[in-house]
Amino acid sequence: MSDPIIEIKQMNKWFGNFHVLRDINLTVEQGEKTVICGPSGSGKSTLIRCINRLEQHQEGSIRVEGVVLDDSSKGLEEIRSNVGMVFQQFNLFPHLTVLENCVLAPIWVSKMAKAEAEELARKYLERVRIPDQADKYPGQLSGGQQQRVAIARTLCMNPRVVLFDEPTSALDPEMIKEVLDVMVELAHDGMTMLCVTHEMGFARKVADRVIFMDEGEIVEENNPQDFFSNPQNDRTKLFLSQVLQH
Amino acid sequence: MSRRDVVLQFLMLVLLGLGLSWLVSNVTGNLERQNIASGFGFLNERAGFGISQTLIEYTEDDTYQRVLIIGLLNTLLVSVIGIVLASVLGFVIGVARLSSNWLISKIAMVYIEIFRNVPLLLQIMFWYFGVLRNLPSPRRAIEIGDSAFLSNRGIVLPGFTMLEGAGWYVAALAISLTAWFVMRRRAHKKFLTTGTPQSYWRVLALGAGTMFAIAYAMAGFPFAADVPALRGFNFRGGVNIIPEFAALLLALSLYTAAFISEIVRSGIVSVGQGQREAAAALGLSNNTTLRLVIIPQAMRVIIPPLTSQYLNLTKNSSLAVAIAYPDIVSVFAGTTLTQIGQAVEIIFITMMVYLSLSLLTSWAMNSYNKRIALVGQNA
Repeated sequence: MSDPIIEIKQMNKWFGNFHVLRDINLTVEQGEKTVICGPSGSGKSTLIRCINRLEQHQEGSIRVEGVVLDDSSKGLEEIRSNVGMVFQQFNLFPHLTVLENCVLAPIWVSKMAKAEAEELARKYLERVRIPDQADKYPGQLSGGQQQRVAIARTLCMNPRVVLFDEPTSALDPEMIKEVLDVMVELAHDGMTMLCVTHEMGFARKVADRVIFMDEGEIVEENNPQDFFSNPQNDRTKLFLSQVLQH
Repeated sequence: MSRRDVVLQFLMLVLLGLGLSWLVSNVTGNLERQNIASGFGFLNERAGFGISQTLIEYTEDDTYQRVLIIGLLNTLLVSVIGIVLASVLGFVIGVARLSSNWLISKIAMVYIEIFRNVPLLLQIMFWYFGVLRNLPSPRRAIEIGDSAFLSNRGIVLPGFTMLEGAGWYVAALAISLTAWFVMRRRAHKKFLTTGTPQSYWRVLALGAGTMFAIAYAMAGFPFAADVPALRGFNFRGGVNIIPEFAALLLALSLYTAAFISEIVRSGIVSVGQGQREAAAALGLSNNTTLRLVIIPQAMRVIIPPLTSQYLNLTKNSSLAVAIAYPDIVSVFAGTTLTQIGQAVEIIFITMMVYLSLSLLTSWAMNSYNKRIALVGQNA
């Protein structure tokens, strides 16, 4: 068994006086698919944003592939290039074409030749099923297409793990499926994924483990089967009764 | 268009035509009664007055046409240098205003609030009457280094004159600059195809060195230093920057920079936090993010209001008349007008000059803006 990709120990974080994350312990092994769910404001997005240090934690430790995340910014860019992230609002660069969005980091971070980066980008655009949109600008695509471009852009950096921050929450209902399909495929290909989402169907289908968070704590974690059919904690039961009603 | 609209528009046109013809006949009638000639013939008459700053040769025997050109050149000089200074300063202060360092940010804020909220005319007068004219006389001039002097007659800097053979040096410089541009382009192209950053400085330095060595071999050192020296009541030699120019340039640049810095700040702030986060998550460094993600997007917000600041600066340079800097308004719409009296022609020419300058600037900035505009529905 190789080292875990992500190892979080006794991590605490405050926004001012507000204690957003309390004593978080979490280990993600290679190839593992973890879904984090919970009511809004429970700190799930903040947790995964700490893993590529878009947010800074104050106590405890986070290790990504054995490297400790702290104030010394040395190696931070390298860690970030190994940890992909897909945002709720896509955050594509609107002044660049789809292809340019995808090759930006390979060229400037991985120092890849342009032709090689473009070949790679086209391969991943094919994989997210939008190879023919390469020369369009993000503003010309639908939300679902934009999110798939964002996934392709992340994959171009060949990340060891991809963090998904509510990737389908900003999408119209009819576009959610096309993004989830891509994510399911990615999961089947063996990608390590840490996914904040309200899509319980996705969790059932691909997750190895579901984590429930509330008020900054990890309240419960279990395999999806037991998590949905036999929740232990009252807060988990309440949450599931609210999201699974329809 | 309905028939009613057509009739209404036709009536408007007739009214406008009647109004204009009444105005023209009124003006020509009045001018005839006062025995003032009309037409542009005066442009070829002898001007007969001196001008304190001339970029091209001028004597009192030259014509009013020459005066017009000299005024225009002086307006362009102060405007172009002013635009460059205001842009650089405005950019720096705009970024400083966003600094996480409390002191830097507050200093930038104080600067902006002071220079934005005091009338420009007052600022011009402050720099001219309050600062530059209060400097000591040339005999007690403040020395900067050994050969630059600051006095109430302006700033005198050492210059040099080119002797025969200096063309070799000009050619060497031109070739080196061209080589620099070409090599920079090729290095960038090569970087994109191979992925390794290309260094071309050593080759460039060697090439440029050789060029200048050849120039030296052919022409020796064909330059003569032109050091200013005090003769009687004023300095002779060197390059003289008149206090009127310095005051106007200072006031225009500092005033406009305050506005530009707010434009730059709003441009940078307008690029969402999500863009920074996405770039960071991909592993892009801060510099690369600023250069390839933030600034290109900020520019499309910055350019339109920046254009209007450039136009403002150019038009505001006409306040030169308050301190007698010889710009086009001062020497042409001022001195020439009082001597000739043909207000209609002179004001018309002056207005046309400013209109052309403004339209030219707008056109250039708009075509740049079009090139960087966003495509798509969220643009």
